[in-house]
Amino acid sequence: MLRIPVAKSDELFAAIASQQTLYLPADRKDGQAEYRKWEEGVKLSSRLNTVRSAKDFFFPQTENLAEFRMEGKKIEVIDIRKESEDFVIFGVRACDARSFTILDKVYLVDPVDTFYQTRREHGTVVTMACTRPAETCFCQTFGIDPTEPEGDVSCWSDGSYYYFRANTDKGQKFLDSLSSLLEDGDTAALEETKAKTKEILSKLPLAKVSTENFGGDKLNEYFRSEKWGELSESCLGCGTCTFVCPTCQCYDIRDFDTGHGIQRFRCWDSCMYSDFTKMAHGNPRLTQLERFRQRFMHKLVYFPANNNGEFGCVGCGRCLSKCPISMNIVKVMKALEEK
Amino acid sequence: MQEAMINKAKQLLADGTVNRVMGWKRGEFVYDITPAVFETAEEIDADFVCDDFTAANVSKYLVKESRKEGKILAFLKPCDTYSFNQLVKEHRIVRENVYVVGIPGGPKLDAEKIKAKGITGILCVKNENGTLKIDTLYGEETMPYYEAILGKCETCKSRKHVVYDELIGEEGEVITAEDSGRFDMVEKLENMTAQERYDFWREQLSKCIRCNACRNVCPACTCENCVFDNPASGISNKAAADSFEENMFHIIRAFHVAGRCTDCGECSRVCPQNIPLHLLNRKFIKDINAFYGEYQAGEDTTSRAPLNNYDKDDCEPSIVHERGVE
Amino acid sequence: MNKDTLIPYIGVVTDIRQDTPDVKTFRVVSPEGGKVFEHMPGQCAMLSIPGVGEGMFSITSSPTNKEYMEFSIKKCGCLTTWLHAMDVGQQITIRGPYGNHFPVETDLKGKDLLFIAGGIGLAPLRSVINYVRDKRENYGDIQIVYGSRSKDDLVDYQEIIDEWMKDDGIQVNLTIDNPQEGWDGHVGFVPNYVKELNPSLSKTVLICGPPIMIKFTLAGLKELGFTETQVYTTMELRMKCAVGKCGRCNIGNKYVCKDGPVFRFDQLGELPDEY
Repeated sequence: MLRIPVAKSDELFAAIASQQTLYLPADRKDGQAEYRKWEEGVKLSSRLNTVRSAKDFFFPQTENLAEFRMEGKKIEVIDIRKESEDFVIFGVRACDARSFTILDKVYLVDPVDTFYQTRREHGTVVTMACTRPAETCFCQTFGIDPTEPEGDVSCWSDGSYYYFRANTDKGQKFLDSLSSLLEDGDTAALEETKAKTKEILSKLPLAKVSTENFGGDKLNEYFRSEKWGELSESCLGCGTCTFVCPTCQCYDIRDFDTGHGIQRFRCWDSCMYSDFTKMAHGNPRLTQLERFRQRFMHKLVYFPANNNGEFGCVGCGRCLSKCPISMNIVKVMKALEEK
Repeated sequence: MQEAMINKAKQLLADGTVNRVMGWKRGEFVYDITPAVFETAEEIDADFVCDDFTAANVSKYLVKESRKEGKILAFLKPCDTYSFNQLVKEHRIVRENVYVVGIPGGPKLDAEKIKAKGITGILCVKNENGTLKIDTLYGEETMPYYEAILGKCETCKSRKHVVYDELIGEEGEVITAEDSGRFDMVEKLENMTAQERYDFWREQLSKCIRCNACRNVCPACTCENCVFDNPASGISNKAAADSFEENMFHIIRAFHVAGRCTDCGECSRVCPQNIPLHLLNRKFIKDINAFYGEYQAGEDTTSRAPLNNYDKDDCEPSIVHERGVE
Repeated sequence: MNKDTLIPYIGVVTDIRQDTPDVKTFRVVSPEGGKVFEHMPGQCAMLSIPGVGEGMFSITSSPTNKEYMEFSIKKCGCLTTWLHAMDVGQQITIRGPYGNHFPVETDLKGKDLLFIAGGIGLAPLRSVINYVRDKRENYGDIQIVYGSRSKDDLVDYQEIIDEWMKDDGIQVNLTIDNPQEGWDGHVGFVPNYVKELNPSLSKTVLICGPPIMIKFTLAGLKELGFTETQVYTTMELRMKCAVGKCGRCNIGNKYVCKDGPVFRFDQLGELPDEY
C-alpha cells in the first residue's frame, strides 16, 4: 500500500497545499480541535475529532445566495455564485465522511442545491481511520467501520506511517499528484493497529446501541410516545446539538440590508428554536417538547422513511459531549425502546 | 452527600411537603448529567445523582416549575442560591412553591478539561488525595485534580447559601475577590492595549456558533421573547450576516444582564466552543462595584440594584471620558 | 453553473384588485410580458420583496390563463403587509412552481366535484375551479360551497356572481357567518351548510379554509358517508426553501412544500397530527 513516514507529514502537507487549499484538524489553545487552513507550522491534531463537524466545508454556517439592487419599483437580481476552488480536507473521520453522503441525499437530489454541489465537486475528502475511539462514539450503530473510513482517499496511520488508498477517480488523481512522495510498503504494522482498534471498538460503552427498533415504519408509534415529555423536560432549546451535528442540514433564509442593497443569505437553523416553524398566523410546534421530538424523529424515523432506511445520524458523539444538559440521541433511543 | 439528599428528598415527598424534586439525573457516562424533576421515590432511587459532575445550576428551571401545581424541592449549591434569589427578586420564581435545601457546592469537575489532556475513553473518574484517577478504555490515567476543576468553580465567589429552607452540611462563607481571584483575568484584560484586547475578544468570539446555549442557560435571561429571536426587532439573526455580529450578540447580552448577573458561570460552562463569556459579565460586575459600591446580585431579594437606582453619589457619565481609552 | 432554484426571477405587478378589506389579488407577469413560469392547479410560488422577506403563496389563477398569474393574498404578517402596500408597476421576486397539484388530469377527471372553501381558502381552489371550467367536458357536475365572515369578506365575489354562477352545470352555494344587511343568501358556518346541502356521495371533494373549518367540515362529510379517500385539501406551513431541504414544513416525513401542499385525507391520516 502507498505510504509515507509520519515524520514527513510536513512535506506531505506542503506538497498538497502547493496544489490546492488544504484544511486539516488542528489543536486550539483550549485543547479542542478545529479545521484550519494548513500553512507552515500547522500540525495535524491528535484529538479524535473537531468540535464543529466537517459539514462546514460543503454547507457553511452562513453563505450569501443572491444580491438585490432596489431602485424605485425595480429590482435587479444579482447571481453572485462562483465556482468553488479545489480544496482538500485531510483527516476527516469515518463518521463525518458518512455525513457527506447523508447531506448529499438532501442537497444533491432534484432540485440540486448548486451552492452545495460546486463545493462537493471541488472538494477532495481524505479520511483518517480512527485508532482511539472515545466513550461517546457509536458510529458502528449506523454500520460505519471507523477502521475503514470512506472518502475519496482513505488514510490510516500506525504511528510510523500514513497509508493511502484511493476510492474514487478524484482520490486517485490526488494520490497521483503526490506520487513522488509516496512509496509502496508493507502493511503488517497497520493491520496490527487496526486489530487493536477493533478490539477497543467492541468494548465501547455504546457498542450495543442498535437501530433495529427505528425506521420509517415507527412514524406514529414513536411520535405518540409518552417519553417525549420527560426527555425534553430540561432541554434549553439552544442549537448546540444541531450546530455541532454533521448531519443536521436545516437552514434559514434571511435578508440583510447592507445599505447598498439587499444581501440574501442562508444560515444554519435549528428545529430546537422557538421560531423555526413560526408563521404570521400561528405555530404548529408551540412547546419545546414538539421541537425536541422533531429533531429526533427526523433522524430516527423521517429520514429513514424517505431514504431507504438510512438514518440521519452517524454516531460521531458530538451531541453527547456538547449538549449543555447532556440529553442526546442515545438517551432518546434507549428511552423510546423501553416499552 | 448524595445519600443524605436522597433520604431528604424521599422524606419530603413522603410527608407531602413537596410533590416534586428538582435535581440531577445520571447519564450514560460518569459525567453526562441531566437536570431533572423527580416525582417518586423509585425514580429518585434509580437515577438521582449528586457528585463531582452535577455542576448545572437548576435555578432557572424553577421559573417554570414554581408555576406548576404543588411545591417542588430544589437542591441548590451556594452559587445556585444567588441565581434563585435574583429570580425571586425579579418575580420570576414563585418563592412559596419551592422548598430550598442548600447543599455544599463544588468544586465540580469539567469533563472537557480531562479530555483536553488527551484522555479519552473515560469510564470512571475518582479523586484520590488531589489526584484524579481516570479509568479509560486505554487503561488508567491520572491528572492533578485541580487541573480538572470547572472554570466557574476555580474562582468561586461564595460558599454561603443566601437562601434556603433547610441546609445539608455546614454553612460556608462568602469568599473575597482577593481570595477568589475572580477579577484577576478582567484586570489583565483591562491592562491590555485596546488592540490586544480587541484581538483577544475577536479570537474568542469568532469561535461562536450562535447556538444560544449561553443565553438559554443564563438565569438572568428569562425574557419570554428575546430580541434576537424576534423578527420584528430588526436584529434577529441565527447566524452572522457579517463577521462582527457574534461580538455584538454577546456584548448586548452582557449589557442586558448587567446588574442582574450573579456570576454563576453557566454561560462559559455550556459554551461548546469554550469562549470565556463570563469575563464580559465580570467586567460589568467589577465596574458596578467600582462606580456604585460593592454589589452582589442575588445576595438578597429586597435591595435596589445600582443600575435601577439613583443616588446623588452616583458617578457621572463623564467617568467614561475620564477613564478614557488610550 | 445551472440555475439555482433559490435564486428568483423578477415579476412585475400589473394589476391589483382589492377583493375584501384584507385580501388583495395581484396580477404578476415577467418583465418581458407573459407568465414567469407555467404551473398546475394547486401549485405555489415563493414571492418576495428583498429586505422584507419571502413567502409561499398559492397561485390563484388557472394554468389555462396564458397571460398572467394571480395571487390572492390576505394581509396577515410582515411580508403580506408590505405586498398590500404595493402600487401597480412594482417589481417583486418570484420563484416556482413548487409542490404537487390537485390531480386534475388523473383522479379528478370525469368526476363530480364539490369545492368547499372558507375565507381566503378559496384562493388555491380558484385555480382548480377555473381550470375545470375551462376544460368543462372533462368533468361532471360542479358544486361550490363557499363561506366567509361577511359578504365583504367573500374573495372573488364579482367573479363568482358574474361568471361561476352563470355557468351551466355549476351550482354555487354561498354563506356568511352572520346576518347582514343586503344579504339574502344563506347564513351560517360552512360545515353546517355542507351538511344541510347533503351533497351526493358520488362527489370528490376539494376543501380549503381555516384549520377549524376543515376539521369540522371533514367530520360532517364523514357523517354524511364520505370517505377520506374522496377528500383533498391543501396545506400551509412555514417554508423557506420551498424544495424540501430547509427542513421546517414537514408533517411526519412529508414536506408540505414538496410532497404537498395537496394531500388526500387518507394520506394525511397516516401522518402525525402536527399541523
